[in-house]
Amino acid sequence: MRISMDLELQDIPGQLIHVLAPISELSGNIMSIVHHHDKKTFRNTVPVYVIFDIEEQKLEELKEKLEERGITIVRIGKMRLRARTHILLIGHIIHTDLRETVDHIDGTGFAEVQDLSLSMPAIDGPSSAVVTIMATGIGELKRAISMLRDVAEKKDLLMIEPIEERSTIGGVAYAEQ
Amino acid sequence: MQNNSPPLRVSIIGFGAVGQGVATLLQDLPHVEVVAVADSRGVALTPNLGTLLSRKRAGRPIANSDLTALEVIRTIEHDIVVEVTPTNIENGEPGLTHMREAIKNRRSIVTSNKGPLVVAFHELVQLARENDVALRYEATVGGAMPIINLVRETLAGNRILDIMGVLNGTCNYILTRMAEEALDYDQVLSEAQDMGIAEADPTYDVMGIDTASKVVILANSFFDKNVTYADVAVTGIDRITPDALRLAHQRGFAIKLIGEVQELTVSPKMIPIGHPLNVGGTLNAASILTDHAGEITVAGKGAGSIETASAIVSDILSIQKERC
Repeated sequence: MRISMDLELQDIPGQLIHVLAPISELSGNIMSIVHHHDKKTFRNTVPVYVIFDIEEQKLEELKEKLEERGITIVRIGKMRLRARTHILLIGHIIHTDLRETVDHIDGTGFAEVQDLSLSMPAIDGPSSAVVTIMATGIGELKRAISMLRDVAEKKDLLMIEPIEERSTIGGVAYAEQ
Repeated sequence: MQNNSPPLRVSIIGFGAVGQGVATLLQDLPHVEVVAVADSRGVALTPNLGTLLSRKRAGRPIANSDLTALEVIRTIEHDIVVEVTPTNIENGEPGLTHMREAIKNRRSIVTSNKGPLVVAFHELVQLARENDVALRYEATVGGAMPIINLVRETLAGNRILDIMGVLNGTCNYILTRMAEEALDYDQVLSEAQDMGIAEADPTYDVMGIDTASKVVILANSFFDKNVTYADVAVTGIDRITPDALRLAHQRGFAIKLIGEVQELTVSPKMIPIGHPLNVGGTLNAASILTDHAGEITVAGKGAGSIETASAIVSDILSIQKERC
């Protein structure tokens, strides 16, 4: 799970290590850290914003460790579903039990169907749907897409995916939020 | 410099749309001499290209000799065989035999015919190397859009990480029209057939077979692979609905038939509307991902008689330059 934390440190040298060490000890992966020396609070502390990935069950332990070291935790934000994509499905979507297809994704715990738009031009004709899937990370999103691909194959639905993001130019297939 | 060298002697094997386009362009090219033209019915030796083109367009026979195309390749002294017979990706024939014979007789090959390259790519490349002749096939992928020589020559300082593209103009036309006019697949296909953009039997294009052939050629050329058509996972565009195109558009995507070379797949994909591969009508586009130059995208006319012929002429001129 990705966590964002707003912290306040004492304005004395060597404080930042007290933030980094506990995250590292708990196998967290720091994505970004901003240390605002120039924006002191009225309490004469220095604000620090840090974003990192860590296992959800380790979060309480991390909070205790930080507080033991005299760090003030101002805010904790859980960024749960960060990756998003749209997938198109064409075929007999209703007849092949749409509910089950959605449940399949929602049942994973790491991904969910956030939006679904369906178009049914004729009772017997093929329907078209666009499914918006969100997941906790890009790896999880790819796993959800892969599961959906299996379902689509079993139910003879044509599945159209976005092209893979390959570089900084162009591709936005998996938008991070 | 060129005036001192003898003219480059060329045969044109196959006189359909592309062969006629090549003849049209070669009329104006100095130092290239067409020694023979073969169509499915016979062979014209030392032809006047203008006369030959008029005869062909009038539906009259062009032959003025008893030779077959294969005999021209074997016995008439010349430098380059322009192999532009119809593509057959099952066994590559008749093009494959033409190419093998041409190389064995130490003639270079310039071609737009995908069949032999899909069936026997490495055999032909090896054979050409052993016989010290050129095998050039820019026109097989993307028609007038430069890709083979662009990657091989212009981007030579880069490692090519992947290539993906919109490589079939017929499919692109159908998907573009379906999206713009909210028309059914069948209706747009009929329209494309009326306009000569789709064949009477559109299977080869709409089922992704043509795109897959191009993926095979690019994979074998640039990714150290030894693959044929059977190695590509192919999905066509025949199940796409106008509703699907509309739903995709509402979320900022177009649907295109995309060939992915590293993955060896051909399938409809959503691409962001602002993506450089989102070209309309019958255009082709390819995006080349390189290690140093980043992503390079080219677009151009993927088919058409003169357009494809221009790629062939460019290959002929390259061989001429190498000879000087």
